[in-house]
Amino acid sequence: MNRLYLFFHKTGSPPWFYKYSGYLIPWLWAAFLVLTAIGLYLGLLVAPADYQQGESVRIMYLHVPAAWMSMMIYGLMAIWGFIALVWRIRIMEVLIISSAPIGAAFTIIALVSGSLWGRPTWGTYWVWDARLTSELVLLFLYFGVIALYNSFDEPRKAARAASLLSIVGAINLPIIHFSVLWWNTLHQGSSIGTSGNSIHPSMLWPLLYMAVAFKLYYGANLLSRARLRLLKQDHRKRWVQDLLTKEST
Amino acid sequence: MSRQTSPTAFTALLRRDFLLAYRRRAELLQPLVFLLVVTTLFPLGVGPSPQLLANIAPGVIWIAALLATVLSLDSLFRSDYEDGTLEQMILSGQPLALIALARIVAHWLVAGLPIVLLSPLLALWMNLPEEGMSILIKSLIIGTPVLSLIGAIGGALTVSLKRGGQLLSLLVFPLYVPLLILATSAVSSSVAGLPYTGQLGLMVAGLIASLTLAPFATAAALKLSLT
Repeated sequence: MNRLYLFFHKTGSPPWFYKYSGYLIPWLWAAFLVLTAIGLYLGLLVAPADYQQGESVRIMYLHVPAAWMSMMIYGLMAIWGFIALVWRIRIMEVLIISSAPIGAAFTIIALVSGSLWGRPTWGTYWVWDARLTSELVLLFLYFGVIALYNSFDEPRKAARAASLLSIVGAINLPIIHFSVLWWNTLHQGSSIGTSGNSIHPSMLWPLLYMAVAFKLYYGANLLSRARLRLLKQDHRKRWVQDLLTKEST
Repeated sequence: MSRQTSPTAFTALLRRDFLLAYRRRAELLQPLVFLLVVTTLFPLGVGPSPQLLANIAPGVIWIAALLATVLSLDSLFRSDYEDGTLEQMILSGQPLALIALARIVAHWLVAGLPIVLLSPLLALWMNLPEEGMSILIKSLIIGTPVLSLIGAIGGALTVSLKRGGQLLSLLVFPLYVPLLILATSAVSSSVAGLPYTGQLGLMVAGLIASLTLAPFATAAALKLSLT
């Protein structure tokens, strides 16, 4: 058999996924904890306070990585949704629906931390600014995917409906983003980009540590959720029965 | 089974949908009455000050149009799904995207176009300045097909669910955000004497994009709902 085909077949098989993700999860959690500790230490204790915003700038080390994650996870959901719809790989269906609550949680963290940050710096908890609005719409998109999935009784059909919706949402997301950007802008522009950074290294490093830590958290949480969902879906299947008898003896 | 060419099938479907719509006239009127009632609520809620109403007119009319469209979307595929017609359509061998497009076109003609025709009355009620009138109508002509096209994806996704209506609005409202922003801004700009062709141009771009993509997404969603 073609090696690539074999790889896909293996990765797509629930027992294989269950077994190897089990090896990976403790490492992901450990790396997440270490990087979070470093990132929080650097961000909360080492990095200087902003000359204008004072200590409140430290919210950034939570806010910015969470906002990045909220968008990245939706993008990933669309990619997995595409794979799930085209190649009917069941792991992808499980991954997409396990991602949605994590993505929604990161979106809420970004919104809440942003509004707490906005109070001392902008003088208000909420403004109908472009980025805030598109983040809020993103949250509604996440809610839509979750609600659609929960409305179906049959998990595979539910996952494919959710996949389709995430793809439609992901096509719309940049359009929504640019339309609200054009509509109203108060939020500062990106400080970090390919054309150079306008942020001092002492502030950039904790931010990057936190960003990587959040990605590890996503990986660990996603795999844990996906494993649980697989066990629930397959609880009558042979491999789960074998697993249970092995663990109970 | 006689194989018809796709254009014939398209027109046959359109004719069937019009006939069905004509026989269910009362049902068709509901979203339009809803549109009128919702628009009436705004002056009652925010006060009858002509200046205030003129300021919020584009937004109110567009939001009312959005709500009325979503109200009619739930029935877009439902009766065909429940009596098995949809399955027969899929078995007919015609491209499903074409069938979906025929349904969407019919939906726009019986649910979207009446909104456009009613909009001058709504504009009058909301005290929209006359300069904004033609742009409001133009924005609705360009925008309401997009509402039907994007909404059809949601309608197809929720067709097999018992209480799909509420879910449908949760699914499609976020997707309507860009359209709402562009349309209301075009009308407000024209009232303020500012250029508005950019907004209308972007709306046309959205119409073309959704016209080419949405029928396929709707077809995929229908297939998924029927398995």
